[in-house]
Amino acid sequence: MTTLEIKNLHVSVETDQGSKQILRGVDLTIKSGEIHAVMGPNGSGKSTLAYSVAGHPKYEVTDGQILLDGEDVLEMSVDERARAGLFLAMQYPVEIPGVSVSNFLRTAKTALSGEAPKLREWVGDLRDAMGNLRMDSDFTERNVNEGFSGGEKKRHEILQLELLKPKIAILDETDSGLDVDALKVVSEGVNRAHADNGLGVLLITHYTRILRYIKPDFVHVFVAGKVAEQGGAELAERLENEGYDRYTKAAV
Amino acid sequence: MAAQHGLEAHSHGNVPIQTRSERPRSTSVSDFPELSNRQEIWRYVPLDRLRGLDKEVMGELTESEVTAELASGTSMRWVDSTDPLVGSAGLPEERVSAAAWTNASKTLVIEVEAESETTDASFLKIAPNTAEAKALHVVVSVGNHAKATIALDHLGQGVLGENVEIVLGDGAQLNFVTLQEWESGSTHVSTQFSKLGRDSSLKHVVVTMGGDLVRVVPAVSLSAAGAEVNMYGVYLAGSGNYFEHRPYVDHIAENCVSNVAYKGALQGVGAHTVWVGDVLIRESAVGTSTYELNRNLLLTDGARADSVPNLEIETGKIEGAGHASASGRFDDEQLFYLMSRGIDEDQARKLVVRGFLSEVIQKIGIESIEQRLISAIEAELEKAGA
Repeated sequence: MTTLEIKNLHVSVETDQGSKQILRGVDLTIKSGEIHAVMGPNGSGKSTLAYSVAGHPKYEVTDGQILLDGEDVLEMSVDERARAGLFLAMQYPVEIPGVSVSNFLRTAKTALSGEAPKLREWVGDLRDAMGNLRMDSDFTERNVNEGFSGGEKKRHEILQLELLKPKIAILDETDSGLDVDALKVVSEGVNRAHADNGLGVLLITHYTRILRYIKPDFVHVFVAGKVAEQGGAELAERLENEGYDRYTKAAV
Repeated sequence: MAAQHGLEAHSHGNVPIQTRSERPRSTSVSDFPELSNRQEIWRYVPLDRLRGLDKEVMGELTESEVTAELASGTSMRWVDSTDPLVGSAGLPEERVSAAAWTNASKTLVIEVEAESETTDASFLKIAPNTAEAKALHVVVSVGNHAKATIALDHLGQGVLGENVEIVLGDGAQLNFVTLQEWESGSTHVSTQFSKLGRDSSLKHVVVTMGGDLVRVVPAVSLSAAGAEVNMYGVYLAGSGNYFEHRPYVDHIAENCVSNVAYKGALQGVGAHTVWVGDVLIRESAVGTSTYELNRNLLLTDGARADSVPNLEIETGKIEGAGHASASGRFDDEQLFYLMSRGIDEDQARKLVVRGFLSEVIQKIGIESIEQRLISAIEAELEKAGA
């Protein structure tokens, strides 16, 4: 059982106009096996939350805490956070020229488990995971994210989620830019990781569409850098019908 | 591009030379002025590190300093430099090349028999036994329709002025690699002239990993129809390294193809690389296709990469011509992505640098050299604690 606690999190970013505060006191707790959806309008700080938990250097935590089973995540480097069991599926994963998917995945798996995976087992796991995500076998020979379509990038993120087996995953707008077929395939991958590994999920999305395929236990509405309302799956339905207007007006 | 004043320019009056093909050619040192950073071709070079390579008189590399491992169909011999083979691919365009030319009384000839084909590589190790200024002249001659791989490996500590002539017969295919793995205290200026026969194909690879001053100027003359050249370069410069590469492709004949791609990584204070890529498409070179690229990755502060692509086109009847050049800092987003998957910073950097260079490394096509290069890169990155 793993618990990720985000307490009173304040985060700012450096801009040309000076420091700009994005998160203004976020409280969230995610446990193994739970699926949380964080929804909100553009610019509400959803992605900032994701990158702050992962430790992107651009974001400065000015107040608050992030704890993973009581351990101070903010004291950990980016790679230490990953080895502690955190995973971020990125909205815009970067290209890494000259580094093949196969080399990348094996290096990451080795770094996370502290030893190189047994070759035969690894090849089998990789083949199965790629088959489940309807990815061609020659995909592993391509360079990481280089020339990938939007859908391929997202499948590649979820492939990592399934192979690297984190404890808590944050999915940053994994649904954006996907057609319905790709959305289903990617959602199945998340659901498999949830069912097989007891993954805790923080699903960040602008739209309710993905929630038809991944059923959230909790929904948090994010407005102006903090949680404005929380509830169960029914809150998502309400947002589907009413949109974010009610919150954005209140915030102004 | 700054103008260069040379012999013929003065005889024409005081008009600076504008085009690459109009540089004066001579084997006589005194035909060229003393070096100065005011001359375009020497503008970046730390001349105090030349260690005598620009002088009229220097020693020459001897047979005992070259060891060879030759593939079948390939032979090697030393001849007097009066042999008609010498000068068949080109003549010096500057003083250091001329000095190396006149001081090499012997020439190392590597010959590949016509129509012989082998996938095995021939390796020549060039390791000077003292670090005095020495001259070396090499002629690589590949017979008609022959297919060969030849690697010149420069190592140890040395001060070498070198001319390499590469002559390809009709339909010949050569994979040529020149490696500069010098220890510190070394200076190397290598001028390489290639002349390609009809429908022949040259892969010219430059790998520069060490030396205080290394300058490689590979010039390729495409004077017979249907010839193709692919020129690749990889370099990794650390503190105290000055590496300069000036590939030049002269498109003269019809329907020739050239492709130039050099990639370098730099780290440490004072690491300096220069890449000047010249491509000239003459009026006669109808149907030319050419592309040149240089990319540099700056891993730390204090390193400097200069990159200058020059494309001169004298005919509009070409298939295509393009160039690209970029020098950039290490991409923190790449580092973040890899580290967010549990990979520590050191290893993530290595992956990115290796990946960056591997596009060119993979083109070498000699497994043992590719492997050695990858290990050398890792060791170099380790050393700097990058």
